[in-house]
Amino acid sequence: MNFFLTIILDGLIQASWLFIVALGLTLVFGVLKILNIAHGSFYALGAYIAATAVTMVAARGLPPSVGFVAMLLSVALIASAVGLLLERGLLKMFYGRNEVVLLLVTYAVFLILEDVTKLIWGVNPIYATQPYELFGNLEFAGLYYVGYDLVLIPISAVVGLAIWFGLNRTVIGKIVLAVIHNEEMSVSMGVRVNRVYAIAFAFGVLLAALAGALTAPKISMQPGLSSDVIILSFAIVVIGGLGSVEGAAVGAILVGLARAASVHLMPQAELFMIYLIMAAVLMFRPEGLFKRETARRI
Amino acid sequence: MRKGLHPLVMIALVTAVTLFGRVLPTWTLSLATIAASNALIALGIVVLARTGNVSFGQGLFFAAGGYGVALIANAWGLTDAVAQVIVGAACGGLLGLVIGPLIARYSGIFFGMLTLALSMVFYGALVKSTALGGSDGFNVGRPSLFGMSFTDPREADFMLYAVSVIVTGFAGIAATILFRSEFGLASLAVRENNLRVEYLGLSANRIISINFLIAAIFAGASGAFALMAQRHIDPQFAYWTTSGEFVFVAVLAGNQSVAAVFVASMALELVRSFSNLYLPNTWQLVLGVFLLGVILFLPRGIGSLWIRDRHKRRISATVPLTAERGAAP
Repeated sequence: MNFFLTIILDGLIQASWLFIVALGLTLVFGVLKILNIAHGSFYALGAYIAATAVTMVAARGLPPSVGFVAMLLSVALIASAVGLLLERGLLKMFYGRNEVVLLLVTYAVFLILEDVTKLIWGVNPIYATQPYELFGNLEFAGLYYVGYDLVLIPISAVVGLAIWFGLNRTVIGKIVLAVIHNEEMSVSMGVRVNRVYAIAFAFGVLLAALAGALTAPKISMQPGLSSDVIILSFAIVVIGGLGSVEGAAVGAILVGLARAASVHLMPQAELFMIYLIMAAVLMFRPEGLFKRETARRI
Repeated sequence: MRKGLHPLVMIALVTAVTLFGRVLPTWTLSLATIAASNALIALGIVVLARTGNVSFGQGLFFAAGGYGVALIANAWGLTDAVAQVIVGAACGGLLGLVIGPLIARYSGIFFGMLTLALSMVFYGALVKSTALGGSDGFNVGRPSLFGMSFTDPREADFMLYAVSVIVTGFAGIAATILFRSEFGLASLAVRENNLRVEYLGLSANRIISINFLIAAIFAGASGAFALMAQRHIDPQFAYWTTSGEFVFVAVLAGNQSVAAVFVASMALELVRSFSNLYLPNTWQLVLGVFLLGVILFLPRGIGSLWIRDRHKRRISATVPLTAERGAAP
């Protein structure tokens, strides 16, 4: 019994931060129709910025809670700035081109960011463990967990709900949904699509970086972080259906559980399992679990 | 279609390039070997891209070819370079024969993602398989040719260069003939509109599967070359960034000309080795900027520098946004 509980809790912890990354990816795809390969790099960027912020705060002798807040704030600021800059300065030039071309543009951005992070933070592992002790250790049904890990689950639930609420219950959200469904019609109704694009992309970057910041205290930051994360979040959004918030949640939970289960039961099969699930979903439901079929253009 | 070089002229060109290797300095020789090997796999991507599908998982067949050759070489002592290329091509081809028909139904991003997913499944399996050396991989011996073994490194390098240039050259000639054939034109038609191709009585799925098989064979052979050049193999062969580099070469080349693939591959290797020399930690940065520049200023690849298409520039929507392909109502 405890064994299954361990798998489920570990899976949910994994799912929590993966969900936030995947949410950004799916949002950017929904609005801009870009499958962003550089998304993992924004995650890594967030993690590195968070590490710097935490280390700076700790060096001043301030408590870890200040470090936690400082890392979230600094990541939010820098990530949205980077997102806006990239969308306005670079992606704008490629709109209207084939979706595969846009994929390659983001691949180029991935390559560039990969080296930029190496240039700024070097190639040696960086740690930012101070906030990890922030919530102490918790006992849960006879199992001991690091509080920080468990806190990630409600945080991601709140982020997910906020986004769902923002999209479905606010005017701005309705406008974004209108652009997702029919861009031309939105333009003719007076929506400034360019602005929606910029905001959506910046927000997607923000989500990826936020997930990076939240996981930064748990992991060691080193090159290669981004390419692993992008592979996982691709699997999640494809399982759930590109552009769907609910799909990202279900996909994240599936991938998180699959990862936790294979780590505990069959460590050889970890990456294998996730991609097997993704391939299976694509075989039977190419649109993903949560996406409606669209009419084919002839 | 436009008139091009006669195949005999191309054979003469391949021979000339091979002999030219005699006067090249050693470092250029191994560089050119890698470039020719990468050109072969990128050529496969170009062949497939003519149907409108870009594979982000050619690393799968690259690794399948490499591992197949390496295992057979170590188990049975097969060291002949030409035999190894054939084994590699067969390994890639067999896998392509199985996978091609399964994923021919998908298009655009889904095609790319599914190929990427399959290559990552393979990568995941390779990393965890201790029998194959896990993430460290394993070594293989020096290749020989027709019973001759090469102890002089310079001669060994030239042998490898000659084999890779000749094989890649002939693959290029075959691709040119294919592009001009009825089948090649039908492949282009699938890219423009696969449903209309079905109405004309052709099977779009079959056309894609065959092009996929060709790409897989090329990738498998390319894996054999990479193995012979490095004499070592590891799961990195199947990682998605490896596949990304091959797509990079294909994009750089564009689908206008076969020669462009060779030029693009050589250009990439030169950029890589010079950045390694002068900017050791930023070659990916250089590569990324280079890729952006090509997409922005040469949207149809460097082939468009010397080949003018009679058609007007194609409008963006060549690949429809839906996932379902084929299945004519």
